[in-house]
Order: sequence, then C-alpha cells, then structure tokens
Amino acid sequence: MVKVTIDNIPIEVEEGTTILNAARKIGGKIVPPAMCYYSKLAGSGGKCRTCLVKVAKSSAKDPRPMPKLVASCSTPVQDGMEVLNITSPEVIETRKAIVEFLLINHPLDCPVCDQAGECDLQDLSFSHGMANTRTIESRREFPPTDIGPFIKLHMNRCILCYRCIYVANQITDKRVHGILFRGDSSEISTYIENVIDNDFSGNMIDVCPVGALTDKTFRFKSRVWFLKPMDAHRQCTKCSGRVTAWMFGDEIYRITGRKDQFGEMEEFICNECRFGKKEFSDWIIDGPRKIKRQSVISASYYENMIKPSVINPIGEIMEETE
Amino acid sequence: MGRKILLEKAGIPGIREFSIYRHHGGYGSAEKALIKMSPAEILQEVTRSGLRGRGGAGFPTGLKWSFLDRKCTNPRFLICNADESEPGTFKDRYLMEFLPHLVLEGLIISSFALGANTCYIYVRGEFKTLIGILQKAINEAYQQNFLGKNILGTGYSLDIFVHPGAGAYICGEETALLESLEGKRGNPRIKPPFPAYKGLYGCPTMVNNVETLAAIGPIIEMGGEAYASIGKGKSTGTKLISACGNINKPGVYEIDLGLPVEDFIYSKEFCGGIKDGKRLKAVVPGGSSVPILPAELILRTAGGQQRLMTYESLADGGFDSGSMLGSGGFIVYNEDACIVRNTWNFTRFYQHESCGQCSPCREGTGWMEKVLNRLEHGLGKMSDIDLLASIAGKIEGTTICPLGDAAAWPVSSAIRHFRQEFEFHAEHPEIVRKINHGALVKNQESNIQYR
Ligand SMILES: Cc1cc2nc3c(=O)[nH]c(=O)nc-3n(C[C@H](O)[C@H](O)[C@H](O)COP(=O)(O)O)c2cc1C
Ligand code: SF4
Ligand code: SF4
Ligand code: FES
Repeated sequence: MVKVTIDNIPIEVEEGTTILNAARKIGGKIVPPAMCYYSKLAGSGGKCRTCLVKVAKSSAKDPRPMPKLVASCSTPVQDGMEVLNITSPEVIETRKAIVEFLLINHPLDCPVCDQAGECDLQDLSFSHGMANTRTIESRREFPPTDIGPFIKLHMNRCILCYRCIYVANQITDKRVHGILFRGDSSEISTYIENVIDNDFSGNMIDVCPVGALTDKTFRFKSRVWFLKPMDAHRQCTKCSGRVTAWMFGDEIYRITGRKDQFGEMEEFICNECRFGKKEFSDWIIDGPRKIKRQSVISASYYENMIKPSVINPIGEIMEETE
Repeated sequence: MGRKILLEKAGIPGIREFSIYRHHGGYGSAEKALIKMSPAEILQEVTRSGLRGRGGAGFPTGLKWSFLDRKCTNPRFLICNADESEPGTFKDRYLMEFLPHLVLEGLIISSFALGANTCYIYVRGEFKTLIGILQKAINEAYQQNFLGKNILGTGYSLDIFVHPGAGAYICGEETALLESLEGKRGNPRIKPPFPAYKGLYGCPTMVNNVETLAAIGPIIEMGGEAYASIGKGKSTGTKLISACGNINKPGVYEIDLGLPVEDFIYSKEFCGGIKDGKRLKAVVPGGSSVPILPAELILRTAGGQQRLMTYESLADGGFDSGSMLGSGGFIVYNEDACIVRNTWNFTRFYQHESCGQCSPCREGTGWMEKVLNRLEHGLGKMSDIDLLASIAGKIEGTTICPLGDAAAWPVSSAIRHFRQEFEFHAEHPEIVRKINHGALVKNQESNIQYR
C-alpha cells in the first residue's frame, strides 16, 4: 500500500494504482473528469487530456514536482506523492483549454442530438469550460453513416477518445472498427464498410462519451430526461441480463447498460438485450435507477442551478451528490 | 578545412562498396570492438566520449544505453531511427547515401554493446533509393561475415533488417516508430513504460538516431577521451548540420561543436554568407520544431556573448531569447522572407502530421493553421495574434508526445520576435492580399478545403 494526497486529502491505495483511480476512491469533487479512460477497457486513457493534474511532489524519495502536468488516468501513484487537482489554478486553466479544444470541431448540435442530457461533453463543458467561444473557423464535417444495423455514427460529434475502438478490439470481432487518417482528419470507421455485427457491438454506444455513436432503435424517439431509468433484468444466455430500462409509462423506449457514478457501465450487455427486448413483459423491473453521476439527468448535481418549481418527472429518483 | 570524423571518407570514389570502405580502414573499429572489447568497455568509451543523441533531444547516449533493462531475459533490440522527416533536416540521408557502411559499422558495435541480436533500420518511406543502398551494403556485410551468425568467429550473431516507413513524420517519434514497426497504426505510446524496458514487442529496446550510431565507430577507433576533447563543454565531438535557405552554399556540413554561429553562416568553408548580398533576418537553428531567432539573437545571446553551435549556447536565454540545436536543420532567412508565411507553412506541416490521438495537438494544430492561413491571406484580425499565442501556449506541455510542443514553439517564438509582422498582416489586409498571393486568396474566399 502507498500513501498519497490528492488536493490535500490523504488516501492509501495499492501500488500501481493510477492517480485517477486513487481520486475515485476518495470520490466527490476532486475526481478529475475522464473523457477517454474507461476502467473496463484495457489500454484506454491518456488521449483526451482532460484528466491532467499537477504533481507537486513526485514521491517521498524524490520530492521534486513533475515538470509538466500529467494525465492522472495513466500515471501510477508513488508513495508520498502529492497531487493537486482542483486546488491548482494551472490545472483548472489547462482543463478549460482542453474543453475548448474538444469543442472547436464539435458541431454543438445538442438540440437534435440523442445524447443530450447524458453527454459527458455537455457536462464537462458546463463544469469546466468557458462561456464564450473564440473560434470563427469552419468545423470538420462528415455525413452520418451506419455502422451495422443498430448503430449510427455521427463523426462530426466524435472526440476521438478511442473507447469504441477498444470495445471493438476487446469484446467484439477484432480489427474491423478503427481510425482512418490522422490529425484532425482522423475518422472512426468500420473497415471498408464492413458492418459490425457482433453480439456485443452495442456497447460502443454506451462507452461513447458523446453522441457520435447512437442507438438506431431509439433515435429521435425521446429526450432522455423525459424517460424514467429503471433497473431491470432478465434471464440471458449471453450476458448477465442486468440493464437499465428507460421507460415512459409502461413503455420501454430503450435499454442501456447500468452506468456507475463515473459514467462507466457496470457490465457490458449483449445486443439481444439492448436492441431486441423492448416489451414490458420481457423484463423484470427491479426499481428506479439511482443516477449519481454528474449529469443533467441527475439535475441536483449542479448546486447553483435554479430548480424549476414544477414537479420533475424523475424527481423521485434524484439524489443529492457531493 | 575543419576536422572530419563522420564524413572523413565521404569523398572517396566508390566508398559505398565494402571492398573500398574496408581498404580505407573501414570495419576496423567493429573488429576492435567485437574481438578485443567487452560490451561494458564499449559502453564506458561511449559514456566517456560525451556523445549526445543527434535525433533532436540531445540526451547523453552512454547514459541512455545504461538504462536498457539488462535483467529481462527477453531478446533485446536496437533500432536505428532513419525516419528523418523534420523540415530542414537532411543529414541522416547524406550519411546513409554516401557512407552506408559507416552506419552499419556503428550498428554492429552498438548492437554488440547492448546485447541485441536483431537490429532494425526504420527508414523513411520516401527514401526509396536509400533502401536499395542500405540493403546492398547489408548483403555485402553478410558475405564478409560482419553480419549473420558467429561474426568474425566471436560467437556473436546479428541480423539487420531495413524497414521502410509509410510516410508519417510522427513515426520518427520513438514509440510511434515501435508501433509502426509492429505493424500497427503509428500512434505514440503513453510513457512510462519506456522503450528501454518495454519496447518492440514488449522487449527492451534502444532507439537511436542514424548520426548517433554512425559516431560509435569513430569513437571506438579514436577512444572516448579523444572524441570528448573535441567540442566545447558538454557538447562534445562533431555534428552534422544540414544548412538550407537563403545562403550561398546549402548542404550538409560537419562542424566541431563550439563553432561560432557567425562563422558557420559567413565563412566560405560552410554556408558562405547570405545569398545575393542580402541581410540576414532570422535563423531556425535546429529543424522546424525549434524556436526561430532573429539575426541579432542568433549571432549573440541576450547577454551579449557570442552564440556558439553547442547545445548549451543555442539554448541560452531559454525560450525568451534562445532556441535549440535540435536535429541540426539550420534554416536561414534573408530580409525578404515573410515570417508569417513561414510560420503558416510550418504549422501546416504539423497539422498534417499530428497523429490525432490527443486533443490539444489534434485540434490545436488545425486551429492554428486556420488562423495563420487567414492572417497570411489578409483575412485576419489584430486579436488573432494573441489568440495564436494563447493556443500555442495551451498545446505546449499538455500532449502525449513532443510533437505538440514542436508545433507550438515555432508559432510562439515567431510571435515573440516578429510580432510587428503579424500586426502588419492584420492591419493592412489589402497590401498583404495584393503583394502576396492573389490566387490563394481567391481560393480561400471561395471555399478552402481543409481535408
Ligand atoms: C514528432 C517527432 C519526430 C521525430 N523524428 C525523428 C526522426 O526522424 N529521426 C530521429 O532520429 N529522431 C526523431 N525523433 C526523436 C526520437 O523520438 C528519439 O528521441 C531519437 O530517435 C533518439 O535517438 P538519439 O538518442 O540518438 O537522439 C522524433 C521525435 C518526435 C517527437
Ligand atoms: S465514436 Fe464515440 S467512443 Fe468512438 S472515438 Fe468517437 S467519441 Fe469516442
Ligand atoms: S502530441 Fe500530437 S502527434 Fe503526439 S500523440 Fe498527441 S496528437 Fe499524436
Ligand atoms: S481520461 Fe486521462 S487523458 Fe483522457
């Protein structure tokens, strides 16, 4: 076990733990935002740079600060390390810049995007971004394409976090889905229009932090905040069958994996559960899903937000988060 | 004539052939190293020589070699980084083209010293002719038992393979190079782990520049101490400088480190002064990635000392008034050069070459390119200048690999030293459009394609 402090809060973690995971153990506001790291996908992280933190003291042995900000998702802790996240103005400033970079080519078409309301980029720019924009340049443009029968790709919205690539490589058929070209012309693509048809391809939708990969069976059906997320399960031969069912009255609008407080799926689910079972009778409903993450669908996350006086349709399942 | 260590034999007719190279004393150091010396002794000589990496970073080679994981039982690899693609740098190409056996000799000694039995030359894909030259030299060395099994009866075996890249600058970055060599997309890896521990196929790997490795032969021949006696302070030995731009004699020159910059630009032996008797305006001393310096700061430091061709002297003054020796791509500009256009050109390069993994570099280089493009074509505003400086500042130090920094430095240094030129572009769009590049403006106004 090694001792570290993050924003002056001490914690003991196992050797080899990354700064981000140590911070997640503490929880709350000091957890750096992560747009590309996904604990269930080996090799992910290090790319988006939103999780950069300052290491004020490298370790007990070597008390020097690290010269540059480091990516907390891919830097292991050392004994005696002192990390500054929200207590460092440099980190906050840099994070603002990273959000700006992520947005300069983003279409900001939230009003017509299915992800709006549960989008990590929306949340990130709300909490860490600036109010104005400095770009007048044109943005990258790609036509929307189909990736297999269930998934729609809006490359315009993609932030190139590579999560879907890791899903494709690690839990579906290998190497049909990847990145073409480089720099700001990179695009996500499925090799020579090969469709992804694999029982687990739908998980790409859930790992995608933005609305670049969306569920074709749910597109344009409803805004997510009008739906009630319910924990549900069924007997499934391919996956655990434990999902979140998004309901309006007795109707199931869509099925997703269960997401934890960091926006990560607890378990990957199969396509049959996700796309094929939309009847109320297909599922045993366990009860309301508690949404604890920093998201519009848990509206009470934002303390300073003026809450509307009308009764919120999902009021009963909202919970105060730190 | 200055002293030549690397290029000593470059003028001999037919030196590309094994027999002629051997006749002129070639492979003497390889024999000496493999038969008479132990790997530890070679490492000691290299450390003593003070040789520093010629690929750009200038890290001491002996120290770097000592980091190689020697406890791991996996095979070790030596990789010769011949991906030379930095604008302004063309020295490795010269070495491989004219002295392929000198490079091979360095590879053999270094592989032996590091305990590697396989060595790859990762050569830039565009260097098509060099691939043939290198392969021919390798075949000859195999025939003469300087490569292959049981070299010279010492029991040591080594194979060298030439691997052409596919045209990406980023594959010169050592971890992207390893990915590419493994047959993957050339994205830099996240460090740590460093290649010395987990490199090619997860095995301990050493990546060195062509010029670094080529210097190993002469160092073994003359001894580390003799090599270290050349140069100045911690910048020992000789360095190849590829000079280009508005000078009378562009080309590759071998200089003793410590030569005054002024001598290098104006002496007949080297650049031969500025072309057509014009005045010197600026110099990029170490390849496109390093900060540009105006004439007064390249000849003298801010403190008034004479600027020398050493790692330390060129960096004197930090980024406020200094630059870097980098890879030795020396680009000279005369009074007619447009710094804005030049900066735009460099930025276009980085925008095109960014691998696109990390957001600051992927988005930032594209953004800077678009803003510079506007300024250069008379469509910019005064506020764009601060915007550019701010974008460059945000890319710097936040990326996975140094390409982000390399893209940011030319922009921030150009604005620091030549702000009035950027202001002129913003203030006088009509003039800029008229003199400069009418055709492009038309293009820009209609619809410029960024992909
Ligand atoms: C974007 C980028 C491009 C690079 N290109 C080259 C190159 O073409 N040739 C090279 O020798 N080193 C290049 N380098 C430096 C290598 O990463 C590495 O530092 C070098 O090969 C180490 O060799 P040395 O210790 O002999 O200098 C590049 C680095 C970066 C970040
Ligand atoms: S499509 Fe989504 S998951 Fe895939 S790289 Fe883009 S943003 Fe990430
Ligand atoms: S800095 Fe640029 S080139 Fe380097 S890893 Fe990041 S995106 Fe790729
Ligand atoms: S989460 Fe660490 S860099 Fe993206």
